[in-house]
Amino acid sequence: MKNALVPSRTGSWYEATARERISGLLDAGTFHEFLGPTARAVSPHLALFDLPEAFDDGIIVGRGKLQGRAVLVAAQEGRFMGGTFGEVHGAKLVGLLRYARDHHAEATSPRAVLLLLDTGGVRLQEANVGELAVSEIIRALVEARAAGVAVIALVGGRAGAFGGGGILAACCSRVVISEQGRTSVSGPEVIETNMGAEEFDSLDRPLVWRTTGGKTRRLLGGAGAYAADRIESFRAAALALLDGGIPAFDLATLAREQARLAERLEKFGACQDAPEIWQRMRLADAARIADLADEDFNQIAQAQPEANHDAR
Amino acid sequence: METLFIQRDAAQRAPGKSPHALVGVVASGNLEVLLERVLDGVRCEVHVKTPAAGFGEVWRAVIEDFIERHAPGGLRISINDCGARPDTVSLRLAQGVRLMTMEASE
Amino acid sequence: MSEWQSQRLARQARLEAGAILAVGGGKLVAAGDATALLEAVLRPGDRVCLEGDNQKQADFLAAALVKADRARLHDLHIVQSGVTLPEHLDLFAKGIATRLDFSYSGPQSGAIARALNSGKIQLGAIHTYLELFARYFIDLTPHAALIAAVSADRAGNLYTGPNTEDTPTIVEATAFKNGIVVAQVNQVVDRVPRVDIPGDRVDFVIAAPKPFFVEPLFTRDPAQITDTQILIAMLALKGIYAEYGVQRLNHGIGFGTAAIELLLPTFGEALGLKGKVATHWALNPHPTLIPAIESGWVQQIHCFGSEVGMDEYLRARPDIFFTGNDGSLRSNRAFCQTAGLYACDMFIGSTLQIDLAGNSSTVTPTRIPGFGGAPNMGSDAHGRRHASAAWLKAGREASDGPAAMTRGRKLVVQLLETFGEGMTPTFVEELASVEFAKKMRLEVVPVMIYGDDVTHVVTEEGIANLLLCRTPAEREQAIRGVAGFTAVGRARDRAQVAKLRARGIIRRPEDLGINPLDANRQLLAARSVKDLVQWSGGLYAPPGKFRNW
Repeated sequence: MKNALVPSRTGSWYEATARERISGLLDAGTFHEFLGPTARAVSPHLALFDLPEAFDDGIIVGRGKLQGRAVLVAAQEGRFMGGTFGEVHGAKLVGLLRYARDHHAEATSPRAVLLLLDTGGVRLQEANVGELAVSEIIRALVEARAAGVAVIALVGGRAGAFGGGGILAACCSRVVISEQGRTSVSGPEVIETNMGAEEFDSLDRPLVWRTTGGKTRRLLGGAGAYAADRIESFRAAALALLDGGIPAFDLATLAREQARLAERLEKFGACQDAPEIWQRMRLADAARIADLADEDFNQIAQAQPEANHDAR
Repeated sequence: METLFIQRDAAQRAPGKSPHALVGVVASGNLEVLLERVLDGVRCEVHVKTPAAGFGEVWRAVIEDFIERHAPGGLRISINDCGARPDTVSLRLAQGVRLMTMEASE
Repeated sequence: MSEWQSQRLARQARLEAGAILAVGGGKLVAAGDATALLEAVLRPGDRVCLEGDNQKQADFLAAALVKADRARLHDLHIVQSGVTLPEHLDLFAKGIATRLDFSYSGPQSGAIARALNSGKIQLGAIHTYLELFARYFIDLTPHAALIAAVSADRAGNLYTGPNTEDTPTIVEATAFKNGIVVAQVNQVVDRVPRVDIPGDRVDFVIAAPKPFFVEPLFTRDPAQITDTQILIAMLALKGIYAEYGVQRLNHGIGFGTAAIELLLPTFGEALGLKGKVATHWALNPHPTLIPAIESGWVQQIHCFGSEVGMDEYLRARPDIFFTGNDGSLRSNRAFCQTAGLYACDMFIGSTLQIDLAGNSSTVTPTRIPGFGGAPNMGSDAHGRRHASAAWLKAGREASDGPAAMTRGRKLVVQLLETFGEGMTPTFVEELASVEFAKKMRLEVVPVMIYGDDVTHVVTEEGIANLLLCRTPAEREQAIRGVAGFTAVGRARDRAQVAKLRARGIIRRPEDLGINPLDANRQLLAARSVKDLVQWSGGLYAPPGKFRNW
């Protein structure tokens, strides 16, 4: 029988805790945590609301190795307050990205940051500082990319990557996503609250997934790689992206990205629901995309021009 | 939030070399347990923060049973609870002691 | 005219009153005339079965009856197994119905408690399914049955679809005792796929504007199964399934039994139990049983009803399930309950509360969910005469009498987590239903399973084998001894509990060679609904609320 505490590469990403994801993602025994739980860098705000704190404020940051290469890594714990950005939570990520920006020149320096996003966005109880934190993170992320560091988002947790997390994913050099993963800015409940259930029924789970879920994001080019829901699959996808070359963060890339998005809007902007997009893409299994097995889906995605591009 | 502090002498020092370990998540019905090998001898301290008021007696029973069964001498254990039931608390404590016996990761 | 014909004559008069609304002298009545039809064929004070099964609901006819004119229809006596729709209670609020005999209230358990409290309902009794069905033929025979089916032909032959459930029983009791049978159907067709109810038992047919409602009651998402439930499932498999060699059984519908179903192809396989236990079932088509079926554990399953999304899977597995010549599942609640009572060696399920004698109940101060079928399955059948190894072993453990006269016992196992939602203890000194019965002036305290039928209590702390207890005091300490950190558990006599453990009456995980740290979700054959779909080869089509893809 397997020991639950030994991180398993074959284990589910969706089910794993943030710590389990890091342990299974990196080379065994290589992870070194910055400002770990014994430092007790907890939120200064939650106690005011009489809410439980977490010793790491729901995010783990540190360095380690991925197939021998030095990387920095941050993992949000989506089950602690929805993986939300609070003041300390945000500061830890800002610090990590600035470290990447400032320490990438030496031979042994990490040249990549892996962001294991699992977040509903800004923490309600720390709204102002949380919003500021997201802005600082975006700036730090962009500066790290401009300095030549690859920033790769890995999305496949319960909370997805919403709000500021959705924006962060969009700012990354590359995104890996699984079927369970979701990215967007406004979450389904937010859209329903503001626009009504006729516009978007947040309880219609197939609708939620075919709008924001991993398969849709991959086919539209919102994610550069699709992983099965296993830690080893995310590891392999992240490695492949690093090996495949990371786009330079310059004007030419941004112009290409802009052109790509404009073209996408023109082609699919009138579509009411994801299956219409699949039909316009002339996908053979347009009606069955949601039911396709991971390998079959990956083949379709890899052959799809809209899903593959060199912009970002 | 209610805070509880329980300290007892265990039968022996906790096995393993890890200086600290964290297990569990602060999520509804769950808890996180931070174990630190910082105390002398066989003393074991448990600090609990819990949002569920009025369960001090149950916590005491769960923790005393844990110290009796697992002999976590030398450990300071800090718990951030989020309404976990006793069976979950017992499980996390046992997982934490087992984790302390594994290779330190740094 | 002989006085022996009065019921038949009354039926004739009702039929004639209804026939005015029938299209072209046949049995079909327009949906818009539904209320008028019910006003024509029902009489004040009638006993009415408004089909509300565990799953299938005659929801259109229920809504039509609520709209009836109270001057024409009042004081109805509702006799139906499930009171689960808001409309069912509206009948009482409006005074159309005043008396109620039922089995199960599910989602209306709070509303029914309030209605009882306010005096809107005169309650006859809360029954088990078989008990209510039995009374349909003795003293609660319906004057009218308002039923639901998938399709009808013009002669009134009905196809119920996979959710046949209670329909044959209700129709039998009504149609053969001068009653009126009205069916709502999803569609009228030239030829039904199979005849579940022959047309000569059906008087009127209405094509409802919407298909009847079916709730997916038996789908447990594997993603929600906890490590504690897995530990309890491991204890049950090793300490009970393996020990007694239980082949014929019924499972409850909780997460604990779902965990057992998902452990069969993994932990069960490792214990070498395949083919030796859990081969023949009285069970609804639980999606969580798919991995065990696909791994060759299961030989045969008879179902009370169907389950939403399982139809194509069932159609593709006729070796396992009962199906009609049309290919679809044929379920039957009365027969399956009987099978669970007489032909199964074990019932295993959960409850909300259990007391020191092992009596259990799902009643809380504000909810009365009724019994459904658990007490039929979870009781020793004193009429049973055939032997099986599991039944005999249980009987021998319970008896000190002469071996020659030893009779067997049904294994009745309670799978319990010591605390429920919100730190509510499962183990209590007194069931909430005792106080409830006093308040409601019920003649019988609602007890789901009586303690004297319970043979084992399994919690995360261990197994208490009540068969081996010889005195009420031993039973009490055996139950306290697995009650964990609840007040009941903490008040145990430690010395007595240690003695019971030495006698094997209480068995801890370590006594069974199980390390609680090994109980984790990696052991589940499927960890998500998506995994179940894959196990089924894409045949299982889960409803949207269970999808995250």
